[in-house]
Amino acid sequence: MSEIRTLIVDDSSVMRKIVERALRQAGLESLVVHEAGNGAEGLELLKASEVDLILSDINMPSMDGLEFVRQIRAQNLAPGVPVIMITTESSEEHVKEAIQAGARGYIRKPFTPEQVKDRVLKFLQAA
Amino acid sequence: MLGVRNAAIVRAQNGRNSREQTMAVSLRESVQQISNPESLDASVEEVFQLMLGVSCQRSVIPFHKGHGESVTAVVGFGGLLSGACVFRCAGHVALAIAGHMMAMEFSTVDDTVKDAIGEMCNILAGAWKGKVPGLSANCGLSVPAVITGRDYDLHVQAPEFQIQHSYRFAESAFSVTIVCDGLQ
Repeated sequence: MSEIRTLIVDDSSVMRKIVERALRQAGLESLVVHEAGNGAEGLELLKASEVDLILSDINMPSMDGLEFVRQIRAQNLAPGVPVIMITTESSEEHVKEAIQAGARGYIRKPFTPEQVKDRVLKFLQAA
Repeated sequence: MLGVRNAAIVRAQNGRNSREQTMAVSLRESVQQISNPESLDASVEEVFQLMLGVSCQRSVIPFHKGHGESVTAVVGFGGLLSGACVFRCAGHVALAIAGHMMAMEFSTVDDTVKDAIGEMCNILAGAWKGKVPGLSANCGLSVPAVITGRDYDLHVQAPEFQIQHSYRFAESAFSVTIVCDGLQ
């Protein structure tokens, strides 16, 4: 698979590193990773950079993950790029809310690298 | 703890706006299920296995805060249940946990270690509420607050219920407390 430009949005720098490591362990070695600490930073980054994949937490200060996805769609940023939520909020209602906001998929914390791989490859191949 | 909890309440209320008009949910009848101590043990074991790759068991020896540096993370619950999930460990245990999470070695409790412990508490809180039907969708989580220092106590006035368990992985001990101070 060619280079994958990925935006990871999480207020925890530790989680951003863990997600990046999980992606590399999942076999996505040729990653270019952009990081943002909340949705507002993520939007600014998307205005300046093209990405192939967006992974975002939901619970974040300033702008949460759901509003981030809504704004991506409303501003037509990163059209066609899959957004996958990675979060502890995993009820059916939260999943529905994320999908309605414009997310393509969902990964529940805690996760294994294999779970990340399965979800990410599924959405990258479909994109 | 109040600020953390208020943040969680705002998150839960925002998340519930679209649902609350069609749903009248009460957790009061599920109090036994919510306070089931096995849910907490299962959550802790699952999170440590998946996020750290280590086996973790409940310990019968109560966690002792000691006199050295300790790290405490607090994640507030808001919504139908209000309260907090509190994770507490000694400084050297925080270094070990962050080391496992990041596959790195740490020698001091720096911002990255605090971030790691806060995130562990957040994932534990989410895993715990996810095990109780009706709670997951109706209870929000705050962003974590992390406290470090020596020889301090945490006091919660008259909680509705409280579950405090001690755990061990390798030679490291820590405690996890679920405090519920309101249930609708």
